Amino acid sequence: MIIVIMVLSTVVLIGAAVVVFTRTPARQAVTLSVYGLLLTVLFVALQAPDVALSQLAVGTAVVPLMVMLAVRKVVAYRRTGRDDR
Amino acid sequence: MSRTVRMIMLAVGLLGAAGVLGAGVVGLPAFGGDRHPYRDLAVSAGLQRATANVVSSINFDQRALDTFGEETILVASVAAVAALLRPSRTERRRRVGSGLPVLESTRLLTVIFFPVTVLVGIDVVAHGAITPGGGFQGGVVLATGLHLLYVGGRYRLLERLRPIRIFEITEGVGLVIFIAIGLAGLAIAGQLFRNVLSYGQLAQLTSSGTVVLLSCAVGMAVVSSVVVLLAGFLEQALALVEVSEPDQSDEEAAR
Repeated sequence: MIIVIMVLSTVVLIGAAVVVFTRTPARQAVTLSVYGLLLTVLFVALQAPDVALSQLAVGTAVVPLMVMLAVRKVVAYRRTGRDDR
Repeated sequence: MSRTVRMIMLAVGLLGAAGVLGAGVVGLPAFGGDRHPYRDLAVSAGLQRATANVVSSINFDQRALDTFGEETILVASVAAVAALLRPSRTERRRRVGSGLPVLESTRLLTVIFFPVTVLVGIDVVAHGAITPGGGFQGGVVLATGLHLLYVGGRYRLLERLRPIRIFEITEGVGLVIFIAIGLAGLAIAGQLFRNVLSYGQLAQLTSSGTVVLLSCAVGMAVVSSVVVLLAGFLEQALALVEVSEPDQSDEEAAR
């Protein structure tokens, strides 16, 4: 079990680095979502199903969706701003 | 307050936090070890109160006041976000059309997973005292399930299924029910959030006294919070468009 946890922790750390070094916010939402999924697997391996469930719903679904919608709004706002001028 | 004073105060605060945190971490039992004093106490207390899910027993019974604080923070921050995302004077609402075409496979998966996710969400909330999960987890799953409709391109249907006015009310009602159960404990047993109902039999749906009720109250508040939160973002991204000048009729109404 300790090997599984070590491997998963390493994968999670790599995933976190990928999220941090993704520069475009829209792409970052996708990598963040995948990172949330990795974290969920780690929590299950650590026998914390309650936390895994929260992480899956909040970190993998809700937060990336909020980021995507915010990006969409910003893009639309910039477009109308340019049209007006 | 000048910048230097603020920086000094920040440094003092960070040092203090680091000191306390360091002392706490050093005192923790080793990772993967056999000695878990807190677990031993919490598990025996949970089983004494016939709560099979000890995590729920801690959240809603042994440390219910902490959960009340967390729930209040959640509701307050969602209210703040809703205030921030309200339509500004230069924004007008437009009808959201079907928009971009959605892949047939996405549509199919949405149709399959919408009822399944909603059912799982209700199950997780209702069985919070017995199986892993509880009000928060189930509430978020439920809200996520509802928003699968948006992913499947059915935004209008989503709007009709979650009238925001009602969800704004149920958000507050969930919080009120939570504190009402806590006050009932105070009134009957003289202790806030005291588990005053009969514990029942371990692993039965009606076991664990107030835990299952508090779980449902939290579920109600959380599902409403997440729906209101995402509704604010969805409105901003899809329905509200920027217009260069505030509407003439609006100006007249303002006068």
